[in-house]
Amino acid sequence: MNPADTNAGAQPEHHSAYRAALIDIVLRNQIWGFLLLAVILFSTASPFFLTVNNLANVLTQGAFIGLLAIGMTLVIINGEIDLSVGATMALALALAIGLQNSGFGPGTAILAALATGAFLGFLNGAVVVLSGMHSFVVTLGGLLGIRGLVFLYTEGDALMIADFTYTELVEIYLGPISLTAMVFLGLIVLFQWVLSNTRHGREAFAVGDNIEAARDAGIRVGRHKIINFTLCGLLAAVCGVLLSMRMGTAEPQAGRIWELWAIIAVVLGGTRLQGGYGSLWKTLGGVLTLAVVQNGLRLLNTPNYVELIVMGGVLILALGLDRILTYKIRAGRT
Amino acid sequence: MRDAGTHYTQPLDKPVLKLDGITKVFPGVKALDAVSFDLRAGEVHALMGENGAGKSTLMKVLAGIHQPDAGRIVHNGVEVRMPTPLAARASGILLIHQELSLSPELSIAENIYLGAWPTNALGILRKRKLNRDAAAALHSLGCDYNPRARVGTLSIARKQMVEIARTQAFNANVVIFDEPTASLTDTERDQLFATIRDLQKRNVAVIYISHKMDEIFQISDRITVLRDGKLQGTVDTADSDIDQLTRMMIGRDLDSYFTRATGQTGPEVLRLEGLGCEGCFKDVDLSVAAGEVLGLYGLIGAGRSELAEAVFGIRKVSAGRIFWMGREITPPSPRKAIDMGLCLAPESRKEQGLVLGMSGRDNITLPHLRDFSRLLMMRRTHETEVFERYRGILKIKTSGPDQRVADLSGGNQQKFVLAKWLCKTPRLLILDEPTRGIDVGSKSAIHALIAELAEQGLAVIVISSEMPEVLGVSNRILTMSDGRINAEFSGAGMTEQALIDAVSAPT
Repeated sequence: MNPADTNAGAQPEHHSAYRAALIDIVLRNQIWGFLLLAVILFSTASPFFLTVNNLANVLTQGAFIGLLAIGMTLVIINGEIDLSVGATMALALALAIGLQNSGFGPGTAILAALATGAFLGFLNGAVVVLSGMHSFVVTLGGLLGIRGLVFLYTEGDALMIADFTYTELVEIYLGPISLTAMVFLGLIVLFQWVLSNTRHGREAFAVGDNIEAARDAGIRVGRHKIINFTLCGLLAAVCGVLLSMRMGTAEPQAGRIWELWAIIAVVLGGTRLQGGYGSLWKTLGGVLTLAVVQNGLRLLNTPNYVELIVMGGVLILALGLDRILTYKIRAGRT
Repeated sequence: MRDAGTHYTQPLDKPVLKLDGITKVFPGVKALDAVSFDLRAGEVHALMGENGAGKSTLMKVLAGIHQPDAGRIVHNGVEVRMPTPLAARASGILLIHQELSLSPELSIAENIYLGAWPTNALGILRKRKLNRDAAAALHSLGCDYNPRARVGTLSIARKQMVEIARTQAFNANVVIFDEPTASLTDTERDQLFATIRDLQKRNVAVIYISHKMDEIFQISDRITVLRDGKLQGTVDTADSDIDQLTRMMIGRDLDSYFTRATGQTGPEVLRLEGLGCEGCFKDVDLSVAAGEVLGLYGLIGAGRSELAEAVFGIRKVSAGRIFWMGREITPPSPRKAIDMGLCLAPESRKEQGLVLGMSGRDNITLPHLRDFSRLLMMRRTHETEVFERYRGILKIKTSGPDQRVADLSGGNQQKFVLAKWLCKTPRLLILDEPTRGIDVGSKSAIHALIAELAEQGLAVIVISSEMPEVLGVSNRILTMSDGRINAEFSGAGMTEQALIDAVSAPT
């Protein structure tokens, strides 16, 4: 075929194609605009907000939900969901402390906690893939069952670490940045790199976007999902271990509805709940926005229930705005 | 590249692919009954047949999606099995799906090589190689798309090119096109044909599945016809004609392709004055009377479907007046339109016309649940009666009231869309592309039905991109171009040339 044939039609499209691409980029990163807005708002409302210490604190507080949100992002891009991460986190937290009290060393306890998280994630993935049930149902079962295990293990009471030197392990700071925040940011960078540069990462998008096409192209969809569920469980355990170091205690109720906060952060960031589209930069934006709003409201002495109402409002507002913006710009384009 | 060149050495008369006695049985249906078929390198071989004749099944057997129950596949002289789509692709057989199998969020390059991305030992993508190879594959098709661009931003024609680029990337020697022109404009179709001819020059064998006779005659060298899962024969295109193929496909002569309503027209049902919809159409004047079939012809993107949707209340009207049975009304909601007797059989049957996972009976009564229920309870027997009545009247082929419409052929699905509206005796029926993707036999049944309905006093608006259809069924034709109605034809003035001139006239 003459190359001119196909190119002839392409010429007039060029200019608008660049414009469309630009609009696309703005629309796909709306969360950072929202974060900026929240920061400006709280900076003017409270003199304590825009200080290095407070911002570092925001980062540390956000990091726990953030770790769950990293794994959640992988699973959601894959077209699935994991509701059991809060409970998995709690079990890892309880094991990390409980095993030390039973005489194991901190290293063993941490490894056992991480291995348990990864195993539960693997189990979630395997059941989803082998049974063909929706991950919503499978991991909802996981949520209940694992929380039950937590109560079984802690016998319903909070466990407290016997040797408090354990909590000093986490006292490492890079300037004002805590170890927890460093781990979180490091894992964001690592997994974003995995998503965009490895075969596994890119295939996650293919599977979530068009599972039939992925299957036809020979991608091993099942194995792929199991890996992501395993990573998600492992990251929940990492969160639990870091929390154990920070708190020194394990409440059986720890991490309740954290799976929902993680999902909110992911979705707020702009990752598509149906799968196939998203990134960890977005999730980072979502996590930070949630943390900033929560911190700002506390600085303003807002009661806890008002905080919840505002957070709910923020979520709906951010996504609503995103929809309206997308709609307006798409309509203007034609 | 894998086994490059093996197919170039094939002598032309020796088939690159031979199917021998392929049989495939699904529960209750013999989808393929000992079908034999051969394909030569460098030919375009059309595969025709009504919906349900077994074309798709045959192609899925070839592409490794279905396994045959009996028969042999001989590829390049060697008997082979195609256990998976991957195996088929590895041996150079590639299916270009009707609904393209691409991931919109991935890049062009990633889509071309989906499932075969180059990686290093650690599983890290070699993006530069991927993009370079993809660019080369696209370039050999004469396309200079940016391989990094997201597929979701491309037009349908370009997406199709991305799929076709897989033929270059995987060095395909057999390429199967399944209804490739269904959503292409005329220009895009010409480009596709140029690409197919180009593949042909490189000795690639092409299987071309289509319902469109003109395309088949334009592009193919030989034609194989299937009916009810059985081979009806293979003919040279040059020695064949439409009548012969039609006979082979439906097993009898078609009395005539089209039936035109011949009844008296009654009072005006719908009139539009200066109707406008921002970004879609403007200044539309139109009127249609009881007993009349009004054709609305135009190219894709002219605003015809948008007009239909606006009248039915799906789209917001921004200007103009609507008169219903002589009285001015405000733009209706779909609920109000249905209650008035104004019904729309939409263009995309599967997305807008039916709930695919529901049964035929439930689809028929869905818009009229109020009339089929008493005190919040559905009257199942009444529903079934209505289902049986329309199954008879419209000759719908379905196993019963509970069969999911997803499992039916396009023609039967469309009949359910019609039954859904007819069971409440509407006054105006707007049919948007009523026979798109429907086989010849069902097509003429639907045309006859349109004429019959009009003769019973129904007003009908037929929107179609197929010129013979518009010319064949309409009493009067309006042409639409660039969002405006630009000409009206009736009687002897309705000719192909007149319509072409009207829609291609500069606005």
